[in-house]
Amino acid sequence: MASRRKWTSFAVAMLVLAWLAYVPQFYGQSELVPWSEALYFSIAALGLNLLTGYNGQISIGHGAFFGVGAYTTAILMEHNAWQFLPTLPIVIAVALVVGAAFGFPALRLKGLYLALITLGIAALFPDLVNRFASKYGTAGTSLIQPPRVLAPEWASGFAEADDQYRYYMLLVVGVVMLILAANLVRGRFGRALVAVRDHEAAASTLGVNIARVKVGAFAISAAYAAVAGSLSVLVNGSANAGKIEVFRQSILFLVAVVIGGTATVAGPVIGAYVVVFGQDFAKDIFDDKPELAPAVFGVLLVVLMYVLPDGIVGGWRRLIARRSRSDGLPPLPSASPAH
Amino acid sequence: MSVLKVHDLRGGYGPVRVLHGLSFEVNAGEIVVILGANGSGKTTTLRAVSGMLNATGSVLLHGEEVLGRSPERIARSRVAHVPQGRGTFPELTVEENLRVGAYSRSDSAIADDIDRWFGVFPRLKERRHQQAGSMSGGEQQMLAVSRALMMNPELLLLDEPSLGLAPLVTQELFEQLGTLNRTTSISMLVVEQNANLALKIAQRGYVLEAGLIVASGTAAELKSNDEVRKAYLGMA
Amino acid sequence: MTLFLQQLMNGIGNGVVYASVALALVLIYRTTGILNFAQGEMALFSTYITWKLTDAGLGIIAAIAVSTLIAFVFGAIIERVLIRPVEHASPFVILIVTIGMFLAISSITVTIFGDDEKQLPSAFSERAWSVADVSVTLEFVGLVVVLAAECLLLWLLLQRTKLGLGLRAVASNPESARLVGISSGTMLMFGWAIAAALGAIGGAVYVPTTPALTAGSMQAVLVYALAAATLGGFDSPLGAVVGGLIVGVAEALAIQYVEPLHDITLVVPFILIGAVLLFKPTGLFGRRIVERV
Repeated sequence: MASRRKWTSFAVAMLVLAWLAYVPQFYGQSELVPWSEALYFSIAALGLNLLTGYNGQISIGHGAFFGVGAYTTAILMEHNAWQFLPTLPIVIAVALVVGAAFGFPALRLKGLYLALITLGIAALFPDLVNRFASKYGTAGTSLIQPPRVLAPEWASGFAEADDQYRYYMLLVVGVVMLILAANLVRGRFGRALVAVRDHEAAASTLGVNIARVKVGAFAISAAYAAVAGSLSVLVNGSANAGKIEVFRQSILFLVAVVIGGTATVAGPVIGAYVVVFGQDFAKDIFDDKPELAPAVFGVLLVVLMYVLPDGIVGGWRRLIARRSRSDGLPPLPSASPAH
Repeated sequence: MSVLKVHDLRGGYGPVRVLHGLSFEVNAGEIVVILGANGSGKTTTLRAVSGMLNATGSVLLHGEEVLGRSPERIARSRVAHVPQGRGTFPELTVEENLRVGAYSRSDSAIADDIDRWFGVFPRLKERRHQQAGSMSGGEQQMLAVSRALMMNPELLLLDEPSLGLAPLVTQELFEQLGTLNRTTSISMLVVEQNANLALKIAQRGYVLEAGLIVASGTAAELKSNDEVRKAYLGMA
Repeated sequence: MTLFLQQLMNGIGNGVVYASVALALVLIYRTTGILNFAQGEMALFSTYITWKLTDAGLGIIAAIAVSTLIAFVFGAIIERVLIRPVEHASPFVILIVTIGMFLAISSITVTIFGDDEKQLPSAFSERAWSVADVSVTLEFVGLVVVLAAECLLLWLLLQRTKLGLGLRAVASNPESARLVGISSGTMLMFGWAIAAALGAIGGAVYVPTTPALTAGSMQAVLVYALAAATLGGFDSPLGAVVGGLIVGVAEALAIQYVEPLHDITLVVPFILIGAVLLFKPTGLFGRRIVERV
């Protein structure tokens, strides 16, 4: 039974991956944009899920780490003439350091207080960029537009257009990040994350180093957000830190994690696609009134939470559990809700 | 005439069934005790009676079905529940706790009643302006009982009143409960592990095991029941 | 010295508004354990109603009174319709619901009232007195008086009325409150209604001190109010007021005296919060560690 489920999941994952690989062949340039956005959004949500879902530390500030990644890549490409891919290790290193730096004070804070401090990070980031990074970009807006990544000769077989090539780069990085995250949560560190979330005192008597786990979770999730930010430069051709964008992104990452299903591997990815395409859908409903789109999306969120309080993956599991119970089989264990 | 008549009560938490069909009753003016080990379903039974838990079966208050009603509605039918762990309002002062107890009353005797319970529990009077959370366990238990009595109840549900109290304090509390029962004719349903004390003030009792009533009788009968003696009275 | 006093007054003026919104946040947090992300946008919507009423010819004071009443009703409806169904859900779910409200209310506001700048008249005339070379405006005095009146009314409500006793009982121990017959649903509805009304007043006295009423008017205020509530301790109304004033004053003084912080004044409240929380994780006046969101 368990192995049959495993194989089913694997087959579904392969099908989804095949579809995602086929997407650039199917859609034109403008239609490809949301698919690319959903990819980098997924990566950020995957990372935030490690922190919030598995480790129970809520952050509404990961838009700032996203921005750190975007600016690091954009500055290196624009002013140091780097290629895109070599910037990724630097981005990861910078984000690990920055993330850990914020993780340390977070050790003292819990729940709401932590959430608000992270909100502060998101609120501050644009000001800091304006102050310190504006020499790199257009004064006032701090927009940096590095040269676009172009499709190389060898890729012409599957990606004639540059945006197709860029999409495949995103997809590859995304799959790598997903596999890394899945392995992480199934291993020792993942168990430590959950143990600390569910019972800090008990975890520490079992020899888990609470501080290391919490700071580590912060650093790793920051790195994920930063990689997502780097990739956003690939898609949008720019790094930008508008006050509203950073705040919105921070919120939407968390939204993606929760509506997908906290502390599940696939949840944040599904949530990211729902967030990206849900907003697109909201725009289409009132074509003549674009300002109503956030209202539609907001209502969508509220309704989703009423119907699926444990997220899409959680709801799916409940459905399967109910079906298998009516078959006379024992119910499947569902994910424990985060605290 | 029974104040409370419970029939075939079943319920639990989510998929976990705790109560497997209990029937018992409390007559007017009676103290009834439910004995049982940890996890036998004592607390769950009381929670089902006061509406804090979804259950099936029947809970009749003076012959009226109350199962499925909200806790606040059942409370307004003069059922007072002192939950396990006392359930005081820690940020409120002692006097405010008592006034909260009289929240659903609109008569003019509230102030007199506060003085009345201050008379019964003088310690509370000394601390009337102190925050409830800063008092000792015994004082909080007295406060919880007084607060419940401020509701002018016909039926008082007490969940492990002895929990966490020193033996002397427990004894004093049970004596007060016995006196109250004699002087006010309030019926009480007491859930308790300390069978010795509980059977002293109770007229009748039930023994609960794994969500089922396994024995019942008058206090004297239970005291002489071998099984009960062995399991709950610590006697061979 | 004159400059210092002037800045101090500016700071208090802003701080009063932060305190007002922080008070609303704390009130909802205390009674429902919910951080209402949409608090600022709810206040924004009410402020637009105030503007619409003055635009239609109503006096500003009357307009504020009417919009406060409308906000009170809307607050109750929001609790009843949107929050009640998820009351017992996980903190994440409630957070997402208030975020959804945040998005929806701000976009509905823009749709109804348009995104152009509006001028909301001040509730106070432009009088000013000169006290020891410092100009004291009636607006400043008015702001302080409004906050003081809000605090006093709230205190009277909570400490001296039966409704207040019920609200505090529900905040202290929701389960026991139901067991003594208090309908917690009604109390929570009142909590949201009062918080919404506080926000309406806060917005209506704050916006005239800014260049114009726009769709983004309350977003910065929400951040400052959150900072104020955190600084004061999230379960303490007194903390919200003190926190709001501290944040306002610190911001104003930093603008004037700390050159490197120019442009990044938002740093100030968060440095303050960081410092306070490192030593006292429950904020200045908070009692419990706040775990729920």
